[in-house]
Amino acid sequence: MEAATTVAGGRSVLERSPAGRLPDQVLKWGLTALAAAILVLLAYFFIRLVGQSGNVFSTYGLKFVFGNDWDVSRNIYHGGALVAGTLITSAIALLIGVPVAVASALFIAEMCPRRLRGPLSVLVDLLAAVPSVVYGLWGVFVLCPHLLPAEKWFASTFSFIPWIGGGVPALYNYFIAGLILAIMILPIVSAISREVIATVPAENKEAALALGATRWEMIRMAVLPYSRPGITGGAMLGLGRAIGETIAVVLVIGNAPVIGKHLFSQGYTLAAVIANEFGEATGIHTSALFASGLVLFVLTLIVNMIARWFVTRGAHGTRGTGATGMTIASGPASET
Amino acid sequence: MSATQIPQISTRRRRTDKLMRGSLFAGTMIALIPLILIIFYLLQRGLGSWSKSFFTTDPTGSFFGNPGGIRSAILGSLEIVAVATLISIPVGIGVALYLTEYGKQSWFANTVRYFVDVMTGVPSIMFGLFIYIVLVLAHVGGSGFAGWKGSVALALLMLPIVIRSAEVVLLLVPSSLREAALALGAPRWRVITRVVLPTARSGLVTGSLLAVARGMGETAPLLFTVAVAFGVTGNLNQQMNTLPIQIYTDIQSPRSEIVARAWGGALTLVVLVLIFNVVARAVARRSRMA
Repeated sequence: MEAATTVAGGRSVLERSPAGRLPDQVLKWGLTALAAAILVLLAYFFIRLVGQSGNVFSTYGLKFVFGNDWDVSRNIYHGGALVAGTLITSAIALLIGVPVAVASALFIAEMCPRRLRGPLSVLVDLLAAVPSVVYGLWGVFVLCPHLLPAEKWFASTFSFIPWIGGGVPALYNYFIAGLILAIMILPIVSAISREVIATVPAENKEAALALGATRWEMIRMAVLPYSRPGITGGAMLGLGRAIGETIAVVLVIGNAPVIGKHLFSQGYTLAAVIANEFGEATGIHTSALFASGLVLFVLTLIVNMIARWFVTRGAHGTRGTGATGMTIASGPASET
Repeated sequence: MSATQIPQISTRRRRTDKLMRGSLFAGTMIALIPLILIIFYLLQRGLGSWSKSFFTTDPTGSFFGNPGGIRSAILGSLEIVAVATLISIPVGIGVALYLTEYGKQSWFANTVRYFVDVMTGVPSIMFGLFIYIVLVLAHVGGSGFAGWKGSVALALLMLPIVIRSAEVVLLLVPSSLREAALALGAPRWRVITRVVLPTARSGLVTGSLLAVARGMGETAPLLFTVAVAFGVTGNLNQQMNTLPIQIYTDIQSPRSEIVARAWGGALTLVVLVLIFNVVARAVARRSRMA
């Protein structure tokens, strides 16, 4: 450097003054702190939740999760029925929702005329825009009363099948809750499946067709094997939603803290018990509700981690921040 | 030309093909049935309870007599969501900027990304519980349940949506633009505020509006933070009435007039959510044409 190109302090004229560098540093560390705050917040949340529910686990131990005796009047809180209810309703939701979602995704992506592709996607995505309280309202006043006769017929006709027949269907029951959950997870499973199916290379599909495969054989041999991990991941994300859904479920599950004997009996879920009993809870009851929240939190965490592993594996090397990331984040409605 | 004739596909294969294509079509139709039913019942039962007084009076809260309208619920929802938006959008875009402009693929940035993904999977009720433990139980701000605490819970819920969508959009800004600005001697913060953010503006607006639409319809977080009220209040440090909570409590009423108000409120809520969704899509479409 020649003397002419330096200014006072011995720095080059090309260098910024210390005051000029300041805003850059402030912005950089400010944004970094913001990002770090998210991690701190989540960790703090977890610690506080564990702290609030600690005395429940020290009182009941693992019985809180596996014991089947939730009785507010006797102040005993063994949440096995809640865990069972959560798993039963989520399983029903997956059994009904995923086949329909994948079928609609395959139809929209592979079969329907190109002109209909956009409008059909928008219609399926619209289901995601309906708030859960509206699903609950519709479930209570439309679905439950209208389906009850059909449920009664089904339960008596197929009474020889264990777990389905053998009881009188209740107005609010596992099946209704699972059905509503199926409708609620449909858009996200469908949207992720559509995105994954869109990544199937055209060469694979054309090769199958060129070898004489029919449309369905092409889907079965070229599309499904390639997109299976992604679809599995989408289904798992749907499962995560189903496990955590609160308001729609609390209205149609019947809120009975017992493990129902059959498909059409009343039950309870972890999320529902929190929303329903939170208002009048005191003392260890409150802690039990927080502990239910902790179990719910851990359950959804595990399911989501597995889901993400599948989705990123199914994305075939593309980074997670791609289009799939956006759908996961904001729900299918973001797919414009 | 018999030498080049393609052998016929067997009847069995053709039948399977037809059957499976038929069931895929049927699956799509089945997926649309609930949507049609929900829209039908919302319009049928919701429109009936819409009237001028429905939107201009507050719920009376009394079981007998005139149940009142939903004015305070609409205003409360808009207020709480507005505050939640004011919190979540700057923070969310800030974190997204960190991820795209500074963190990139560093381990710390990837950790943040991972936990933001984890946040999207956290059930909405958990954010309500969190705020209940941290802010409501501790009586922060001198009151238990309060409107602003609901805003914070909704902001937490909206945050991962904003971050993820903003990151996707910011990554689309060509790096040649950033490099050009840096080569002209602009400091980083100017590059971000004058080049990166304006270029990505419409995408950021779309993501934010979708987050707002999501926050608008959430019930569970408000249940634990805002509780229930009837009148209009501009004071965010008090309990407030919100549309989702109003619907939720109305559903459980045995009186048909109050249930009718739930349908009217639900229609209003769906219309509000749809408005944000449609505007978001319109913004996204316009930016694609430009």
